[in-house]
Amino acid sequence: MSGYDTLRHFADSWGLLAMTILFISFVGFTFRPGANRRHHDAAHMIFRADDQSNQGRE
Amino acid sequence: MPATLAKSGGLFLAMVVALVAMAQAQDSAFAIHMGIMALAALIAAVAVMATSSTTRRLGHDESHYDDAPVRWGVIATTFWGVVGLLAGLFIALQLAYPVLNLGLEYTTFGRLRPLHTSAVIFAFGGNALLCTSFFVVQRSCRARLAFPGLARFVFWGYQLFIVLAATGYVLGVTEGKEYAEPEWYVDLWLTVVWVAYLIVFGGTVLKRREPHIYVANWFYLAFIITVAMLHLVNNLSLPVSLVGAKSYSAFAGVQDALTQWWYGHNAVGFFLTAGFLAMMYYFVPKQAERPVYSYRLSIIHFWSLIFLYIWAGPHHLHYTALPDWAQSLGMVFSIMLWMPSWGGMINGLMTLNGAWDKIRTDPIIRMMVLALAFYGMSTFEGPMMSIKSVNSLSHYTDWTIGHVHSGALGWNGMITFACMYYLAPRLWNRQRLYSLRLINWHFWLATGGIVFYTASMWVAGITQGLMWREYGADGYLVNSFAETVAAIHPMFLLRAFGGLLYLSGALVFAWNIAMTIAGRIRAEAPMTETPYDARADRPLPAPALQPAE
Ligand code: HEM
Ligand code: HEM
Repeated sequence: MSGYDTLRHFADSWGLLAMTILFISFVGFTFRPGANRRHHDAAHMIFRADDQSNQGRE
Repeated sequence: MPATLAKSGGLFLAMVVALVAMAQAQDSAFAIHMGIMALAALIAAVAVMATSSTTRRLGHDESHYDDAPVRWGVIATTFWGVVGLLAGLFIALQLAYPVLNLGLEYTTFGRLRPLHTSAVIFAFGGNALLCTSFFVVQRSCRARLAFPGLARFVFWGYQLFIVLAATGYVLGVTEGKEYAEPEWYVDLWLTVVWVAYLIVFGGTVLKRREPHIYVANWFYLAFIITVAMLHLVNNLSLPVSLVGAKSYSAFAGVQDALTQWWYGHNAVGFFLTAGFLAMMYYFVPKQAERPVYSYRLSIIHFWSLIFLYIWAGPHHLHYTALPDWAQSLGMVFSIMLWMPSWGGMINGLMTLNGAWDKIRTDPIIRMMVLALAFYGMSTFEGPMMSIKSVNSLSHYTDWTIGHVHSGALGWNGMITFACMYYLAPRLWNRQRLYSLRLINWHFWLATGGIVFYTASMWVAGITQGLMWREYGADGYLVNSFAETVAAIHPMFLLRAFGGLLYLSGALVFAWNIAMTIAGRIRAEAPMTETPYDARADRPLPAPALQPAE
């Protein structure tokens, strides 16, 4: 089998499977228990105090 | 100060090397470019010596954010934006009136077109990404920029890249790969700058004071890393001479084409989409003063774009020598891209949930909403165009140009303008922008421009596509190419008019930013009045007694 065929078969079998599993686990991770509270914190992080620009500089 | 001495000494050495290369140059374009390099090295050496005392202080002031490069970036974005749009308008007029090629090789459409695309994407968009990323990463990590000296090198090095690229196009230096036209030595320079960018950005993320890395930074990081990878692979080439401009690609034939469109599509996916989404995920919540609608959705949006975009490139090569399975793969992944893209658009729009009145009262929010609407529109149109049977009509026609500009003018342009409006008063410590009413003018000029541009290109594209494929009863093509060009001439005029409107809006924007920097405030009626009716504002009198019947 040529290098092309080997790579192509790897890509549409194990490669594809690995990518799918990785993707599903990354997305699934956002549904873990306790994620809601952490997401809430992360979303509000940019609003914490003195997050304005360089007040009084120059 | 031995460090200053070593630095400026090194820069002088670089200047000498550039001058030698200039003297040895095989072609005049390379000589001019080496001259520019030498001049840049000289200016940098002088600047290093002149500012040695201030640069030493840079690293130690941890109590303030390092905003100087951000401020320069806002100015550069504004300047290159106007230049790039002007170039766009000019080439639009050239297509309608060929005499505007001016009979000079330097001003032909073929040379000014890449000037336009690079000026708007890399100079306007690139500077916007650079300065917003430096702003956002510091705020969301609650840490001062790492490596301040390197950050300054990134900014100025990037401007040098832009100047080299732009002069190169006019002089006829090109690799002939769309959006990757600069030749090998300019590519090498950009690689150095980009690695420095990654170090500054990554270093700031590493020294963060917040436990979590805010999602905007994920998008910025994906943009920086992916563009580095795309740039390195697509520009693999062998120069003919070490002192000449010309090089040849390491790939040939269909491999070269696939590499180019793997690059080209992911430049759209990671430069024009992921980077600008990073801007969206920080500045839309900040301007609306509400957290993003769903943080979980933003992470799903992120991973879906990462996993899907990389495979969509072959939709640029439908019905070519590319294997059929690869074309189908590109088509399937492009269609799948529709979902996360709309997820992201909805996430941005729904951030305004409960504050919809801001669209009426806050012109910056209105601009952001328009940008998101066009993000949604172009990511619906794109998947549709990547279906093979649709692409057989749209490919090579102005429909593609219309799609490009609904994304570029609507999404990239409007979100960039909105972010610059957000940044300018904050960076220069002004009470507010010079004028909020002028944003309204900008908004309507730009919206009108986009409508004229995209609508005319749809009509032109479908006209072209149908005329090209029209067969007569005897089996011959009915129309000659020149006939199809003549048929869409009116559409070219409408497009140029749209461009004029859009450019006028950008000039209003530049004026507003310049006046804000100058510290002026325009006396104007506020955007919302408090409606008051004295006659209505009082208790109802007791009803008059009715005489009984
Ligand atoms: C005043 C506004 C603008 C005008 C009048 C304009 C005009 C044009 C014209 C005439 C072309 C060549 C089309 C052809 O070859 O048939 C073009 C191409 C292009 N423009 Fe613009 N443009 C404008 C703004 C922008 C902006 C803001 C961006 C990006 C942020 C952009 C990105 C591009 C790209 C990527 C192409 C190449 C499209 C392709 O090869 O399919 N343009 N533009
Ligand atoms: C889901 C998202 C998208 C998909 C699936 C998609 C798909 C496509 C397709 C099928 C083409 C035509 C290829 C051809 O016939 O030659 C195209 C061209 C183009 N698209 Fe998109 N598009 C998407 C989003 C965007 C966005 C948001 C932008 C931002 C500005 C953009 C910029 C471009 C550019 C610059 C080209 C022209 C490339 C060239 O020079 O030929 N696209 N896209």
